[in-house]
Amino acid sequence: MPSLANPTRFLDLAGRLIPWLAALTATLFAVGLYLSFFVAPPDYQQGETVRIMFVHVPAAWLAMFGYALIAVASLGTLIWRHPLADVAAKAAAPIGATFTLIALVTGSLWGKPMWGTYWVWDARLTSMLVLFLLYLGLIALWQAIEEPGRAGRAAAILGLVGAINIPIIKFSVDWWNTLHQPASIVRLGGPTIDSSMLTALAVMAGAFTLLFVLLHLMAMRAEILRRRVLAMQQMQVEQAALAET
Amino acid sequence: MSAALALLARDVRLALREGGAIGTALGFYLVVVAIAPLGLGPDLNLLARIALGLLWVALLLAALLSADRIFHNDYEDGALDVLATGALPLPLVAAIKSLAHWLTTGVPLALLAPLLGLLLNLPAEASPFLVLAMLAGTPAVSFIAAIGASLTLGLRRSGLLLALLVLPLYVPVLIFGVAAATAAIAGPASPWPPFLMLCGFSLASIVLAPLAAAASVRAALR
Amino acid sequence: MPDLGPHANFILAAYGFTFAAVVALAFFIVADDRKQRQRLADLEAKGVRRRSAGAAREGKPARGRKS
Repeated sequence: MPSLANPTRFLDLAGRLIPWLAALTATLFAVGLYLSFFVAPPDYQQGETVRIMFVHVPAAWLAMFGYALIAVASLGTLIWRHPLADVAAKAAAPIGATFTLIALVTGSLWGKPMWGTYWVWDARLTSMLVLFLLYLGLIALWQAIEEPGRAGRAAAILGLVGAINIPIIKFSVDWWNTLHQPASIVRLGGPTIDSSMLTALAVMAGAFTLLFVLLHLMAMRAEILRRRVLAMQQMQVEQAALAET
Repeated sequence: MSAALALLARDVRLALREGGAIGTALGFYLVVVAIAPLGLGPDLNLLARIALGLLWVALLLAALLSADRIFHNDYEDGALDVLATGALPLPLVAAIKSLAHWLTTGVPLALLAPLLGLLLNLPAEASPFLVLAMLAGTPAVSFIAAIGASLTLGLRRSGLLLALLVLPLYVPVLIFGVAAATAAIAGPASPWPPFLMLCGFSLASIVLAPLAAAASVRAALR
Repeated sequence: MPDLGPHANFILAAYGFTFAAVVALAFFIVADDRKQRQRLADLEAKGVRRRSAGAAREGKPARGRKS
């Protein structure tokens, strides 16, 4: 996207989009929460606790969406050398990690009334835990490398390596799970899904997605400003050094 | 070809000469396997059941401990700059260094495993396939560790960071490695499907990981 | 609020955690944004000019930022 490659243009566009996005997100959440609590019926088997699905499932989707975004951004950094690609990747990591954590915690809270324990090593939760670890690795790497060019490239490489491994990890975890839990089919989604549940789920998913985009734009903006600050601080040092000569 | 072999010979010789590196990895392997029963209790039945998993996990940790030396020494004394601009393509250099790590760390750890299995009441008939599975899986361990080593070149706390970055990527190795060894002794499932998947994962790592490691080295050298 | 059944606490905890996590995340991002704006304003007040802004004013060719 050549027009968005210019940071100033991006800041401009982000500044105009963010207020609208915020309003739209809030509205969608309001509608979604209403549907989740007052319209969707309780599940035949799980009762009211099925309502946790309306935060757990969107969070899980966004956890994966976040990493997909990072994977694409990593390609942008390494192959197309898009100037904002590493900003996008860096900004997305904490957001994706937070949604992964939300998915894990809400999954755990959903599991306790259903299975009696706060954690179960089923395929979905285990894969989500590994995804969380991959996010943590990315964040740790961003923190550890000071030089921004190297940090961007290193994080892009790690992001791509992780992205390539995720299907393999998912496959191996699923396989491992069938090896050890042949009997009970522990499914957080439940076997049947009512259409009004589907509507609530869709609205909440939309609300969460908009929230991700909103937070991501704001985080990208902050990162671009941070780099400007650093550049200007460097200039300040250079100007002071020149003045002394 | 001779340049590649020369590099391999040099790296292996350096690792062996440094002695401490291999010995430390093997020693760490022993320590982890030795203290686990102190935490879990001496019940031999329990230990026998967890032996394969524990041996694999401890192997991964021990291999990771020595991973940052894959590029570190050459990075510190400038040899890596020479290698990066030399006749050998950097991915090949990375592959050779990963291979050297496998030969001097992965293989010894795999060969030591049956002996440590004795501490965990691992049935003797499990050992051959365990070693086979470990020999098939440790290439992936070394080659992926090289990615971690190249990403964390010159960083503080690089050892810990390297482990954090790389351990999630070992999940398939662990799952298939343990499953292959378990199926070989316990049946009814055949050990070959997980074993072949382990081999496939190792082969894919051998081919792809050096590309990532080389790119990271280049990023670090700029 | 409809009757949330015997496990109401879990439902509320789940939504509560989600809300808290989102608010915390948003707070950190907004705070970061504000901090960078503040620093930029401070630097500009001290007269430090961005390379491209300064070069454009003086008519010199703009140098790219070091990557």
